[in-house]
Amino acid sequence: MKKIVKKHPLAIRWFHWVNFPVLTVMIWSGLLIYWANDIYRLGWGDKTLLKFFPQSVYDALHVPFHLSTGMAFHFFFMWFFFINGILYVLYTIFSGEWRYLLPEKSSFKEAWQVVLHDLHLRKTAPPQVKYNAAQRVAYSAIIVMGAGSIITGLAIYKPVQLHWLCALCGGYEFARIIHFALTIGYVLFFILHIVQVILAGWNNFQAMVTGFEVEQIVEVEEPVPVQPEPIAPIETTEP
Amino acid sequence: MSRYLPNPEEKIVPDGAVRKRSIIAFSMFILLLVGGALLFARLYNEPQSANNVQPTLRKGLKANERLFSLFYSKHREAKSFTKDDAVKKVRVNGDVGMDGTLDTTWRLKVARNPGDTLMLTMDDLKKLPKTEVVFDFKCVEGWSQVTWWGGVRFSDFLKAYNLAPQTGLKYVGMITPDETYYVGNDMPSMLQPQTLLAYEMNGQPLPQNQGYPLRLIIPVKYGIKHLKRIGVMYFSNDKPKDYWAEQGYDYYAGL
Repeated sequence: MKKIVKKHPLAIRWFHWVNFPVLTVMIWSGLLIYWANDIYRLGWGDKTLLKFFPQSVYDALHVPFHLSTGMAFHFFFMWFFFINGILYVLYTIFSGEWRYLLPEKSSFKEAWQVVLHDLHLRKTAPPQVKYNAAQRVAYSAIIVMGAGSIITGLAIYKPVQLHWLCALCGGYEFARIIHFALTIGYVLFFILHIVQVILAGWNNFQAMVTGFEVEQIVEVEEPVPVQPEPIAPIETTEP
Repeated sequence: MSRYLPNPEEKIVPDGAVRKRSIIAFSMFILLLVGGALLFARLYNEPQSANNVQPTLRKGLKANERLFSLFYSKHREAKSFTKDDAVKKVRVNGDVGMDGTLDTTWRLKVARNPGDTLMLTMDDLKKLPKTEVVFDFKCVEGWSQVTWWGGVRFSDFLKAYNLAPQTGLKYVGMITPDETYYVGNDMPSMLQPQTLLAYEMNGQPLPQNQGYPLRLIIPVKYGIKHLKRIGVMYFSNDKPKDYWAEQGYDYYAGL
């Protein structure tokens, strides 16, 4: 016998696994658009620490240098990204799942303790229910980032029609910078997420597919005195 | 924990049941993953018709156009800047239809009706009231520049040449004299008050590479729609041919 503990509701598993490929397509098509005018970099003055992106990145990802393809895909898949995100937020609100996901007052302090624990710099991790404090902070932040991508994306997409939104984002060029930075944020989130999922192990990962975690039942049994086995009659095999 | 959270639901089940549920869940998961990948591959590999984009994605662009056209208002203007904000070195990004140089023999041909074509000189246009626009010119590539243009407001031009009936048509088409570059713009965007038939940039006559003697400035559209060096102008209910739409870009290209 095994104990199964419900973890992720079916709806959340859908939202999660729909979002993953859709966001991938958005990042890929976004890269095709960005490539046409790839001016962002990290650095100061004439000093560039990191150019977005070195030619090797485009080569490695086989970016086809088709701005129009990027735009056509981006403005098609944006709807799936948007609708899936809205449904996820509505679901977490109405199902009460938000209780596990939103950071609490103590979460920000505890998130740091979780980080220290994960880095083996602290022995104990703070108590948690479904998600630890660091997860609460990260999974809520990613939703805020998603909203940010949609808002800045709309501001760039229709800067005249939605001029107030564009102004809210600090103007056309600044909206583009935020939109780009958020995307870099998703990539960093993804890398950290994958590392954590690998470290957490199979039981945790499979729960995002099956919905439950499996626990061994630890039975505390009375020690049974060893007795000689009774002599059983020789059984004939049944036909 | 400061807040009450229900304990996760638990169940004791036989090993076989766990295995069975896992197999079903993973089978569904893999099926959906493969299904999604196949759908994407089908979309990506759709035969691209004449206009260089997957037909489904073209439908998507058109659906977006319909949606955002619902909220279009010609009274909504692109943000205006002061002339001091305008850059001195204006980027030159396209040269299709711009071979050679034009001289004073140029005429603007306006096809009012079949067999009725106006031939206008630069002086004819300069007699009309001049309007100046300083706005953030935006390219599909992603760059933008505050630029300063002067010319005839398109709606003033229509009034002056009794082209009011033509505004009942859906589109205005424009073609370069050599017919290699051509665009179509929807009438509501053409009638927006910042849309100019421009003959000046930074207070000077247009340079050859910026579309001398006359170009379109239409701030509610991406740069690909601002045709340089207008040769022919016509009005139509059918979508006029559009150079970049044929290359796979959105026909509407509205901002």
